[in-house]
Amino acid sequence: MTLIGSSVKRVEDKRFLTGKGQYTDDIKIPGMTYACFVRSPHAHAKINGVDTSRAESMPGVVKIYTGADVAELNGVPTGWQVNFINGETMKEPKHPLLVADKVKHLGDAVAMVIADSYAEAKDAVDAIVVDYEPLPAVVNPKDAAAEGAPKVHDDLPDNMCFDWQLGNEKADVDQAIANAHHVTKLEFINQRVVPNAMEPRSAIGHYEDQNEKYTLYTSTQNPHLVRLLLCAFVLGIPEHKVRVVAPDVGGGFGSKIFHYTEEALVIWASKEIGRPIKWTAERRESFLTDAHGRDHVTTAELGLDAEGNFTALRVKTHANLGAYLSTFAPAVPTYLHGTLLQGLYTTPLIHVHVDAMFTHTNAVDAYRGAGRPEATYLLERLIDTAALETGMDPVELRRKNFIDAFDGVDQPGYQTQVALQYDSGDYHKVLDRALEMVGYEEFRKEQAALDNGKLIGIGFSTYIEACGIAPSAVVGALGARAGLFESAQVRVQPTGKVSVYSGSHSHGQGHETTFAQIVADRFGIPMEDVEIVHGDSEAVAFGMGTYGSRSLAVGGSAIVKSMDKVMEKGTKIAAHLLEANPDDLEFGEGKWTVKGTDKSVGFGDVSLTAYVPHNYPEGLEPGLDFSSFYDPANFTYPFGAHVAIVEIDKETGKVTLKRFIAVDDVGNVINPMIVDGQIHGGLAQGIGQALHEGTIYSEDGQLINGTYMDYVMPRADDFPMFEIDRTVTPCPHNPLGVKGAGEAGCIGSTPAVVNAVMDALKGYGIHDVEMPVTSEKVWNVIHGNS
Amino acid sequence: MHAKISVTVNGKVYERTVEPRTLLVYFLREELSLTGTHIGCDTSSCGACTVHLDGKALKSCTMLAVQADGCQVTTIEGMAQNGEMHPLQTGFHEEHGLQCGFCTPGMIMVAADLLENNPDPSEHEIREALEGNFCRCTGYHNIVRSIQHAAKRMQTATA
Ligand code: FES
Ligand code: FES
Repeated sequence: MTLIGSSVKRVEDKRFLTGKGQYTDDIKIPGMTYACFVRSPHAHAKINGVDTSRAESMPGVVKIYTGADVAELNGVPTGWQVNFINGETMKEPKHPLLVADKVKHLGDAVAMVIADSYAEAKDAVDAIVVDYEPLPAVVNPKDAAAEGAPKVHDDLPDNMCFDWQLGNEKADVDQAIANAHHVTKLEFINQRVVPNAMEPRSAIGHYEDQNEKYTLYTSTQNPHLVRLLLCAFVLGIPEHKVRVVAPDVGGGFGSKIFHYTEEALVIWASKEIGRPIKWTAERRESFLTDAHGRDHVTTAELGLDAEGNFTALRVKTHANLGAYLSTFAPAVPTYLHGTLLQGLYTTPLIHVHVDAMFTHTNAVDAYRGAGRPEATYLLERLIDTAALETGMDPVELRRKNFIDAFDGVDQPGYQTQVALQYDSGDYHKVLDRALEMVGYEEFRKEQAALDNGKLIGIGFSTYIEACGIAPSAVVGALGARAGLFESAQVRVQPTGKVSVYSGSHSHGQGHETTFAQIVADRFGIPMEDVEIVHGDSEAVAFGMGTYGSRSLAVGGSAIVKSMDKVMEKGTKIAAHLLEANPDDLEFGEGKWTVKGTDKSVGFGDVSLTAYVPHNYPEGLEPGLDFSSFYDPANFTYPFGAHVAIVEIDKETGKVTLKRFIAVDDVGNVINPMIVDGQIHGGLAQGIGQALHEGTIYSEDGQLINGTYMDYVMPRADDFPMFEIDRTVTPCPHNPLGVKGAGEAGCIGSTPAVVNAVMDALKGYGIHDVEMPVTSEKVWNVIHGNS
Repeated sequence: MHAKISVTVNGKVYERTVEPRTLLVYFLREELSLTGTHIGCDTSSCGACTVHLDGKALKSCTMLAVQADGCQVTTIEGMAQNGEMHPLQTGFHEEHGLQCGFCTPGMIMVAADLLENNPDPSEHEIREALEGNFCRCTGYHNIVRSIQHAAKRMQTATA
């Protein structure tokens, strides 16, 4: 069988293609009510009163809750703790389920209306009068750090959640920068973007009194973690009485990892009112409340010697966390960002300092790539800028500083200056392949010869990322309040069919196909004989969910572990049936054979024997059903080379992406078609940030572009066909040799595009244009107005 | 307050009484339980709700159910005929044109309209036709290829 490495068409497609997918909002439960929220129109305001009297008597209204009603309940917690440099614990203000006293960002929820129909709930929301006393707000994290800035939390005078540093001694880095032959410095904003999964978040709470059981259907990437947080921290309800189901989920990109207040409210209130409650976000609510991504204000400096060797890197970032801490927020600008600043380069001295700030904005947390895109952006922009400033070729500058190839088996992993040890890599190879695909020399000739009122430019980005998150002990030492293992149960049924219960969760990644390929390949059975079950805490023992490109590297490895146990026991049963020694058996094509003979017994016969153990090895338990928990030994480190070619119309400033070449190394590949799809999607999001996307908050904290009329989503005609390829450097520390492909595209692509724009504009004497690189900004550069 | 309407959806006549303010998309999802038509926004921008009204692609969040009185509506649930997938459904499957599947019904409905009017569209024409439909998962690459796949099949079928 060669299912591994083959582009098997997805088994999950049919339900989506025929309109039979079941997303949370598609679920109806008899007696169900509908919830809508009263959300703050101010970024910062004191609440002097909430008048619900008129709304309460409106048709269909079942119940209205305000902040006062839930004041006794805990808020939603944070899953990661980062301490101040001086050792003090980070500041962790309560994130209440509904706000009673002071709203702290636009969209902060003040009241929840529950009614018989959605329309009635909406009508009642409009009839609630909140007396707000607006207060000054702060939206930029650097401004939040300034003396006298408006305070987000009254007891935090400096708006700081924590400060943090990583790397070599600061004094050594300072010294090296001071002594450098050349220093390239960039000050920029890695702008805030909105994840915009196409399925808006949705949650249904259903409490059944007769068996005291809670069920929560929710559009999450992470059902078990939601259950754990609900039970252990927010509501204190008994975990064995709570079922969390993540049915079909329409994309997540990070924004659905987290536990949100609405989930806690619908399940809590369902018990109070004795009816099921559904809430589904309107898109404008998604803009205001789905955790956003990025938002770093950064100063980065790269020191080079006269030959172009990197001598030191110094980074200072103000990271915006928003008003409240989302589930993984503290980890993103720190351990997922600072740890990646080695990039693919041998830079001997690195120091990063981060001030993590509260502002009057929506929470910021992991968004596709989470911290690694920010690290990659600053590094790769610095390098192309240094090339421009020193007159070196950006490709040569990279090559000169690349870490040499190492496989992590015969050669050890690469120890960085910023805590991580890379597993395996061959960085020249991806760059070579990308250059071959792009035709670099011809491009430069064409660029020099161009004379048609257009400018063209080429931009590079050679990135590394850390995914397959993550060894529990390591992340525990770094402040994670959860383990980051994965679980999988492989249940071989008596007829030899296999059910796999995975703690990973697919919201588009195609687990039902990829995982089935692994299982069918190992057992030598048809893929149709394998069913992958995920997303239901009642069916799956435990799970840590899908994010950080971890499903295959961690969740897939857990499946392998359980399959190992099945094979070990199956071999004993087969040996008994064949009256042979287990060591004399070999397994292939779905059967155990006594080596050198034609005596064999099939997988199905062994399965049946395990459940009908009449003729059975003495002392062996019946059944063929194993669970495993897999805790990875290290992160995995995919890498790649991305190249963008842009054309700029001098008349209008319009930037057109002409070509995009991506060569990624994600380790071994199970299903190339699915991996390609993951890369494509990541590229579009990364390019979206470079050219189109970004929130615009006014100074008083209004989100000016909080709808699809104003926030520029990348569309089909913004892209060329992507040109992608890959190299394969297997991961040495997991059984599948896989690294993870979910975020790579989004990590590498953004700086490549901006570098291409800067290359096209190199005659104009500027070194940076802020993202998103709009026509207006480019036009201003061309016309000398920057 | 309520209006009586009769709408033919996927070949079946439905007579219902609706609130005049009910959007067609809510009528399909809530009243008829045809939940394959999705709601992705509140500004008629995303195209997740695209259906056919009297044979033309339409965002069903832009129209009231009462306006569809007497009309023919086709939703994603009506695309397969006699258990056989529409070439676009096959194309999306073959070319991995969907990931989370949320945008997919809308994509298929808008692409069906395109191929009806332009059986052999260029890549550029396909991308332009998809301007009103967002996909956050696929980067559109394989959606374009899926539509090309379907166009080819449909042409050979009619040739
Ligand atoms: S829901 Fe109709 S266009 Fe978005
Ligand atoms: S497949 Fe997820 S939005 Fe298109």
